[in-house]
Amino acid sequence: MKQDKAISVVLLLVALSAISGLALITVFIFKEGLPIILRVGGREFFLSSDWEPSAGHFGIFFMIVGSLAVTAGAMVIGTIFGLGVAIVLTQFCPAGLAAVLKPAIELLAGIPSVVYGFVGVVTLVPLIRTYLGGPGLSVLASSIVLGIMVLPTVTSISTDALQAVPRPYWEGSIALGATQWQTTHMVMLKAARSGIVTAAILGMGRAIGETMAVIMVAGNPRQIPHSILDPVRTLTSNIALEMAYASGDHRQALFATGVTLFVIIMLLNTVALVVSRRHAPRRGAR
Amino acid sequence: MKPSPAALQRLVVVALWTLTATTIGVLLFIIAYILAHGLPHLTWGFLTQSPEYMGRKGGVFPMIVGTLMVAGLAVLIAAPIGVATAIYLTEYTREGKRTAVIRFGADCLAGIPSIIFGLFGFVFFAITLGLGLSVLSGALTLTLMVLPTIVRTSEEALRAVPSAYREVSYGLGSTRWQMVTNVVLRSALPGICTGVVLSLGRSISETAAVMLTAGSALRLPHSLFDSSRTLALHFYILSREGISMPNAYATASVLIIAILGLNLLAYWLMRRFVAKVK
Repeated sequence: MKQDKAISVVLLLVALSAISGLALITVFIFKEGLPIILRVGGREFFLSSDWEPSAGHFGIFFMIVGSLAVTAGAMVIGTIFGLGVAIVLTQFCPAGLAAVLKPAIELLAGIPSVVYGFVGVVTLVPLIRTYLGGPGLSVLASSIVLGIMVLPTVTSISTDALQAVPRPYWEGSIALGATQWQTTHMVMLKAARSGIVTAAILGMGRAIGETMAVIMVAGNPRQIPHSILDPVRTLTSNIALEMAYASGDHRQALFATGVTLFVIIMLLNTVALVVSRRHAPRRGAR
Repeated sequence: MKPSPAALQRLVVVALWTLTATTIGVLLFIIAYILAHGLPHLTWGFLTQSPEYMGRKGGVFPMIVGTLMVAGLAVLIAAPIGVATAIYLTEYTREGKRTAVIRFGADCLAGIPSIIFGLFGFVFFAITLGLGLSVLSGALTLTLMVLPTIVRTSEEALRAVPSAYREVSYGLGSTRWQMVTNVVLRSALPGICTGVVLSLGRSISETAAVMLTAGSALRLPHSLFDSSRTLALHFYILSREGISMPNAYATASVLIIAILGLNLLAYWLMRRFVAKVK
């Protein structure tokens, strides 16, 4: 019994490492980034679009706009395709085929983001430049690449949500004479709503946090994009592009960019957690 | 005119399958595109030689070693921690405040972008702990990054083990620890390995976090404290700075083949696991 107790305590201590890691990350990111926001002033830092580190100007407004723009575009593509695939996998697909499609979608999640960015640059960007105009490196290109990248997240969480809907719901609806699609969109999607919303929010977090692929297809100018064909710089690409040579205030300002990103992500995560806890069946219940 | 339910159903089915086919098409296109351009340049020499002229000539041997060291070490550290966390959550406690806190930590960690992990690893492991831009800093950063995946997949695997196994083990007089190690872990092992293998894939693919923590040195790392450039970062630098497209494609092919292999391995393990618990 004594041994059992000891093991339990050791396991608990190890189990706390994730939350400790989270705490450390929070403390260190804020410790490095917050001072310069306070020094420059929140108004100047968040609402000015003048980013000229060598002159001491640190305004990230255009990058916040940039991140939100590419994320919005990515969500349109990611949720339409991601949810579509999830519906096919759970409602319209023979089990044998689903057993092949599912790992294929997982593989899509495993492809390195640099590869996505690269293939985007060599195939998608020239297409946009030729047929739609602009430099090609653009909000549109970033949105498409990010949309494909968040698709597996949206698909896998929505698939779980749709599969968690009790079978009698489906049977009842079909027995009442509804078609498969009527059943899907009136019964299944409604019952799985919170899971699907969670999927979209977590996908959004993925999109806003993605770095390497965006750097490669976004163009990264220091200005607000005015159309979807304009190039754009995001919060993440700003950090990754400039961190290599930044020092002093400049480096702190990059950490402050990280703080901004961190806060946005944590808000999204919290909303996702609240939504998924409110309606979802208990973990493990099927 | 509103279409009849049956007509609408046909329309929707066509639309949904088009979305799915497009998705799979994109996946196949990316893989085929990289391999078609990269495989011709992927020679034995490329895998075993060191790069010359910043990667314009020569191979990627130091990057392969660096990638294996960083990603391997990250998973080696994260796996025991993640599995222990999952064991605690499933076998040693009831749902309550404690599990809520542990889950909250893992869920939040899973949502943090890799560039934030990179910033943290840089200031904490590399600077505060004095490890510098090194294999160790990169590995420890990735450890935190893949930990939530390992916790979640291990927990699912442990929960899938039928409770009758546990009852029988208790009935035969074993302690809880004996029950966990001899019975539950053994049945859940393929499922746990699936998560570990997928995490290894994710560590190999990661670029932003390792760029800020492991550095980009071109030479072969001789210890955990040496800086090392991973394959993914090498590919990024080669293609972005236009150093050598053939070598960039070949490097990407190595990455794609590794990821394909790991995903197949994970898939095979998962099937074994499902067959075992059923």
